[in-house]
Amino acid sequence: MRRLVPHPLLAVALVLMWLILTRFSLGQLVLGTGVALVASWALGPLEPKTIRIRRWRPIPGLLAVLAGDVLWSNLRVARMILSGRIPSSGVVEVDLDSRDRAVLALLAIIISATPGTSWLGWNPRSGKMLLHVFDLREEDEWKTLIQTRYECRLREIFEWET
Amino acid sequence: MTGLPLWAAILVSALVLAGAAMSLIGAIGLLRLPKFYQRLHAPGLTTSSGSICIILGSMIGFSLLNERLVLHEALIGLFIMCTTPVTLMLLGRAALYRDRAENRPVVAPTDPLAVPPRQD
Amino acid sequence: MGDLILSVSVFVAQGMLAFAILFAGLRALRGPRAQDRVLALDTIYVNVLLLLVLSGIRTGTVFFFEATLIIAVLSFVATVALAKFLMRGEVIE
Repeated sequence: MRRLVPHPLLAVALVLMWLILTRFSLGQLVLGTGVALVASWALGPLEPKTIRIRRWRPIPGLLAVLAGDVLWSNLRVARMILSGRIPSSGVVEVDLDSRDRAVLALLAIIISATPGTSWLGWNPRSGKMLLHVFDLREEDEWKTLIQTRYECRLREIFEWET
Repeated sequence: MTGLPLWAAILVSALVLAGAAMSLIGAIGLLRLPKFYQRLHAPGLTTSSGSICIILGSMIGFSLLNERLVLHEALIGLFIMCTTPVTLMLLGRAALYRDRAENRPVVAPTDPLAVPPRQD
Repeated sequence: MGDLILSVSVFVAQGMLAFAILFAGLRALRGPRAQDRVLALDTIYVNVLLLLVLSGIRTGTVFFFEATLIIAVLSFVATVALAKFLMRGEVIE
């Protein structure tokens, strides 16, 4: 099974995308499944490490927190731009414990997707990431926010320990 | 698009107007903010709340009009949500790299990325 | 009544997006550095995409959908290639 479908999550996502792009019918389902199987099989030699979700339970909580944060930070940044006041932006170094590629990639996407924070880089040797904050007041607040709110939950999803 | 019930028309109008307003605010921020790293935050308004509101409005409108669930637009929204962080992140890194190459570091000398990490 | 409200608000929203494209275009012209222009180009792409979605709402057809998807893919590839170029001076290492 593992050899037949090296990337099961990718294959399922591709089938769903195929069905949405065309329409829901048995023929399209068979065709889409074929395309997804070939695509995930072709990705096998390119990306030998499959991303595996270890725990599904923290995902809804993470999504809810993320939706709230995106909405809130959108309104905050919009209000700041409209008020015409130039905020005191700055750079924060955050220590990250995780070395897992999936955790880091998703953390980068989450941080860049919320307006108000952007990911500038990560050093694999020291494990520190560089965060640019639009309206910087308390540096430590941002450090603990990234670590406790997102990194913990992502590690819970993708790593066994913690 | 014609033939929507009144409540649906008002809902779609509100979503569309809110999304367009957020996009406009993002563009204003892009034009007015003084530093590049501050401007990097402005398009986030367009791509997150702006596109979510407009695409949600379009989805609701077409679903009610065709009397079935239309998911095409959700795919566009998902695509924007997944790709914009990648482009913003790459642009931020590129700007950091260029500033550093020209000896204009934005970060304190103790910064953890003083030696730019090798990309693979 | 509902149709009137919808067409007026879609018109207003299209105007707002047009102004957003204008502002981003001004930033692309003004610079001052290459990364500003690339960022502005990316913003223009997303705004054009949203403008197409609004045109779809106005006309009530789903034919704009494919064009929107193609613009989304193109904008991603273009911006990634440009950012990569800014970083190392070459697109493919």
